[in-house]
Amino acid sequence: MELSGGEIVMEALRREGVEHIFGYPGGAALHIYDALYQQDAVEHILVRHEQGAVHAADGYARSTGKPGVVLVTSGPGVTNCVTGIATAHMDSIPLVILSGQVATRAIGSDAFQECDAVGITRPCVKHNFLVSRLEDLADTMRKAFYVAKSGRPGPVLVDIPKDVTAPNVKIPFEYPEQVRMRSYNPTVKGHPGQIRKAVDLLLSAQRPMIYTGGGAVLANASEELTTLTRELGYPITNTLMGLGAYPGSDPQFVGMLGMHGTYEANMAMHECDVLLAVGARFDDRVTGELEHFCPHARIVHIDVDPSSISKNVHVDVPIVGDVRHVLKDMLGVVQASKRRPDPQVLETWWAQIARWKSTDCLAYDHTSDVIKPQYVIEKLHELTRDRETYVTSDVGQHQMFAAQFYKFEHPRRWINSGGLGTMGFGLPAAMGVKLAHRDATVVCVTGEASIQMCIQELSTMKQYDLPVVVVNLNNRYMGMVRQWQEFFYSKRYSHSYVDALPDFVALAESYGHRGARVDKRDDVETALREAFERPGELTFLDFITDQTENVYPMIAQGKGHHEMHLSSERELA
Amino acid sequence: MRHIISVLLENEAGALSRVSGLFSARGYNIESLTVAPTNDRSLSRMTIVTTGTDEIVEQITKQLNKLVDVVRLTDLTESTHVEREMLLIKVRAEGAAREEIRSLVDIFRGQVVDVTDKSYIVQMTGDGPKIDAFMGALGDHVILEVVRSGATGIARGEKVLRY
Repeated sequence: MELSGGEIVMEALRREGVEHIFGYPGGAALHIYDALYQQDAVEHILVRHEQGAVHAADGYARSTGKPGVVLVTSGPGVTNCVTGIATAHMDSIPLVILSGQVATRAIGSDAFQECDAVGITRPCVKHNFLVSRLEDLADTMRKAFYVAKSGRPGPVLVDIPKDVTAPNVKIPFEYPEQVRMRSYNPTVKGHPGQIRKAVDLLLSAQRPMIYTGGGAVLANASEELTTLTRELGYPITNTLMGLGAYPGSDPQFVGMLGMHGTYEANMAMHECDVLLAVGARFDDRVTGELEHFCPHARIVHIDVDPSSISKNVHVDVPIVGDVRHVLKDMLGVVQASKRRPDPQVLETWWAQIARWKSTDCLAYDHTSDVIKPQYVIEKLHELTRDRETYVTSDVGQHQMFAAQFYKFEHPRRWINSGGLGTMGFGLPAAMGVKLAHRDATVVCVTGEASIQMCIQELSTMKQYDLPVVVVNLNNRYMGMVRQWQEFFYSKRYSHSYVDALPDFVALAESYGHRGARVDKRDDVETALREAFERPGELTFLDFITDQTENVYPMIAQGKGHHEMHLSSERELA
Repeated sequence: MRHIISVLLENEAGALSRVSGLFSARGYNIESLTVAPTNDRSLSRMTIVTTGTDEIVEQITKQLNKLVDVVRLTDLTESTHVEREMLLIKVRAEGAAREEIRSLVDIFRGQVVDVTDKSYIVQMTGDGPKIDAFMGALGDHVILEVVRSGATGIARGEKVLRY
């Protein structure tokens, strides 16, 4: 079979099992777009801005576990992708970004729409390639998918000069069966000796704690994690990225930890004597001040990336390997052992946790006539808990409320930009999720500031019939910025108020969607119900919420897990 | 503490900037960095001299290993090793100073590799402190131009770094 470069790109995508790609054409990518036009294995979603393409591919990847694929042109096409690529990189999401490049002979000449795509993206990709010879194209495509998916996943960019994809230059096509890279061999199995050591330590614990992050979701390790946690009977907390890896309604789940985590999760972290960290990276929003982090604990850390281990916090028993494999092996060692934690000791620990839990740290004013954002999320959870529901979010207060009040029962259902904190992520991500799960309910929880950063994708969602429900918690402020200014800048609200907001209902309608404004508490449930009763229509719900509500509880920067602040009215004893 | 990290990496365009970019992005020190292809032309050998606490150097080696282009690496300072740097130095050599410089070069076992009636070029290899000492002995007033290669190194004994 003789194929041109453009045809090789398409054939490689087909062989990688890619059904959908997100993109935007332009000069340097036109040969590839022409090859795309002449095949039907891969469906292309034409976005309105390249950033939207990357976030959509990202949502697609997070919700399915399969790599998301993006096709853009050179220059501004690829620079517009950078925020999306960095977002995926921080959260270890497998993406393959194909960018057109000016012809090889023009590279370096400041040609029209030329930029050093490989150079610009280098710090925010797992790896990138410039394909300078047609003969390398098939092999590079294969490697790109392999690197994106394996080990600690991440985005991979393949920059393809225009002459490499020329339709009149054809070469024999051969797609490599296997990838062999001498410089890249991720570890899968954990070291058996380390696993035994870890189990010994876990079974000797008096005040054990399990803390799991996005790595447990990425490794599809929920089942193993849940079985092991139940076998041990230990308390478990998830990071923002890890929510859903363990069922949110399970009695052993003590809630999210970190800056806006629950009091019981953070206190249990502070007081525990053995900590099992699984696919988590001890991020500053999770650990609080490192000096006060888990002062009594010996720490076991399972991670596929050795550089995550002992990066911020010293680890006593490191285990490098795929989280799912390691947890499975650990479970085997636990089950083979006759040793069990002393039930009385464990009971004392659980009683302490129950006392912390009794502070009811997520309490908010239920009597208020003004719509409380927490109430909207509670209702949203109530109405969607029994159906397959995916929740995406943007960044800020609404993201924290969603994380706190939506109890995620399954992995890959909570889609948010945890690491980079990218406003504008939620709507295009929801678009990607909906494309992958047409029969599921997809909700984008957002705010009036975030949504405007990628709102143009409402147009794409109309074109491709991707009806999600947008829950816009509209407080007319950049809520999280406002909250920090209230707490730490003597209420000097510098540029955190957005004036001249659009009429979101009219805006949604102008894109051909359904819009509704809700400004009374009593109308919240009805509005949500009506949206879910119209699964074929995208409904944009504009909830006019309390302007000055804050996210509680909170650990201020520079404080430890034991120094939580409950609310302005309530202090801890 | 000072560490010498030897890296075998794919001899590909951009591999060097992945390494240097890693150091600048994460705020690690680079004292010197040298790189050239090995006998296997598909591989380059890089020598990085860096400083940092044990924790930082551990992170540096882990982060380097994480780069897809890095095949293998070793911290030479963990065991006995040979370290060499090459110096090319152009010095003003006139009148009585000509003999004086020649004898200094002999003492430090360097070679004069180019001569004019006013200057010498001296070539010398050794570890960093030896080269520092030689330049100190010459004195700034005679030094016209200095080129140092940066350190290269190799482990002593049976230990080898290859693919």
